[in-house]
Amino acid sequence: MRIWDPDRECMARDQLTALQFEQLRTTLERAYRNVPCYQKKFLDAGVSAKDLRQLSDLARFPFTTKEDLRLNYPYGMFAVPLREVVRIHSSSGTTGKPTVVGYTRNDLNNWTELVARMMTAAGVTADDIVHIAFGYGLFTGAFGLHYGAERIGASVIPISSGNTEKQIMIMQDYQSSALVCTPSYALTIADHLDRMGLGADSLKLRVGLFGAEPWSEEMRREIESRLGILATDNFGLSEVMGPGVAGECEYKCGMHIFEDHFIPEIIDPATCEVLPPGSVGELVLTTLTKEAFPMIRYRTRDITRLHYDTCRCGRTMVRMEKTRGRSDDMLIVKGVNVFPTQIEEVLFQVEGCEPHYQLVLDREGHMDTLEVQVEVNETIFFDEMKKQREFVGLVEKRLAATLGLRAKVKLVEPASIPRHEGKAKRVIDRRKT
Amino acid sequence: MKVEQISIFIENKSGRLAEVTRVLGEAGVNIRALSLADTSDFGILRLIVDKTDTAKDVLKSKGFTVNKTEVVAVEVPDRPLGLNSILQVLDASRINVEYMYAFVERCGENAVIIFRFDDTEGAIRVLTEQGVKVLVGERVYCM
Ligand SMILES: [Zn+2]
Repeated sequence: MRIWDPDRECMARDQLTALQFEQLRTTLERAYRNVPCYQKKFLDAGVSAKDLRQLSDLARFPFTTKEDLRLNYPYGMFAVPLREVVRIHSSSGTTGKPTVVGYTRNDLNNWTELVARMMTAAGVTADDIVHIAFGYGLFTGAFGLHYGAERIGASVIPISSGNTEKQIMIMQDYQSSALVCTPSYALTIADHLDRMGLGADSLKLRVGLFGAEPWSEEMRREIESRLGILATDNFGLSEVMGPGVAGECEYKCGMHIFEDHFIPEIIDPATCEVLPPGSVGELVLTTLTKEAFPMIRYRTRDITRLHYDTCRCGRTMVRMEKTRGRSDDMLIVKGVNVFPTQIEEVLFQVEGCEPHYQLVLDREGHMDTLEVQVEVNETIFFDEMKKQREFVGLVEKRLAATLGLRAKVKLVEPASIPRHEGKAKRVIDRRKT
Repeated sequence: MKVEQISIFIENKSGRLAEVTRVLGEAGVNIRALSLADTSDFGILRLIVDKTDTAKDVLKSKGFTVNKTEVVAVEVPDRPLGLNSILQVLDASRINVEYMYAFVERCGENAVIIFRFDDTEGAIRVLTEQGVKVLVGERVYCM
């Protein structure tokens, strides 16, 4: 399959490092000079752009958090005067005020290029009819994908969100071949097709680019089989740019982060230390080319892992795994970082379906204990005690291998874990009392 | 020759067993045989009832996890070593017993043993060949 910008996307690691170093130095200087928040942070930490002698020195610089953006609402983090800003977007703030981000003309051009890379990696070409069912507005999703698709030369249908039956009619009549929306909306479309008595073959769709919310491999399989398409994942956040920070290629083995524009780091969310390659931790991103809204070590709160080996597609750009939840959900058990999603993954593998579970943390003497309560269902219930115990033993073994600590598995009756608004309360921590 | 059995997952806490019998009683289901295997956390309750499908449906609708399995019911001759001769037959044919439990026929003196085998078909063949009395499901359900 095509690579949009092979010179950049397949760059040798040493060349890339040299490029990143130059750009990072400039970014740090500009941020210090133009953004009071960064100036203060650097001074407090006793660092300046001159302290960057090699890329790893980035670890000496302070982090930027969502809270910093909130405190500097609306334009405090802009590094250029507003007259140079040609576009303003906003993040969907779940709490309090949203955050405002700006783009210069160069920023928009880079953004468009990166989305073109990401869409090309997913297999979109000039021959595609791209159906964009993200809501057009302050949210970065729709506009980001829109201009990227146009850059490739595809035909863009800016349908926006809502009215699914009309969307299906347009997909049929206009012969949309690439679908851009959230993964859950893709399933809504599949549900409507079922209700209308239509098969996936009534559409010309062949590929989907889904993002803006986390989704599982299980959901991918469901979308692929129900819509008969290749379903690809992509990643971005408006604070850093929007969609186009990273995207999957046709091998679907992680999202390539476009490292000539962003430096990813993985940190331990508890100690804030940078972790060695291959570790699971919180993704931290630094922008290298953003003019209007540079981000230095932005804590995304997303938990993931990076793979640096070259992908089968030929791209050298690092691949990030699907995000595994938020760092705010992290638990520390016997000094080990545990993410509920890691446990969910193990249960999913052994059960073959979305597990219903709850984690109970307690303390025996001075030792933490972790009990994983799992609701039984017909597939994991055996009438033979020997098999039932073997199953519990298998789950405990897998958990120990994944988490690096022992957890006790307790089977409980279905629907015995309390649910609030349909969602189970995942963690009960009795250690604090 | 096979007998249908239902197994129910129950948490090891008070009142769960009574809840199962209450649900079945209200649905007019009669329990013919029962066995409970338990650990400190949970138990597996196995039942043979007169209306297997009804029992399974009502228990599921009350939120229990229920599986249906096939077992073999054997009438044990009322003489010393009656059970032993059956076990020897099975052992000689290398048929493994996963578990077993017994109950006594209401109007007879004979004991009935419920077996769960790894190879149900094979077990039935061997037992019948050796002249052991294997009971049909209908017979057990109305005992
Ligand atoms: Zn690739």
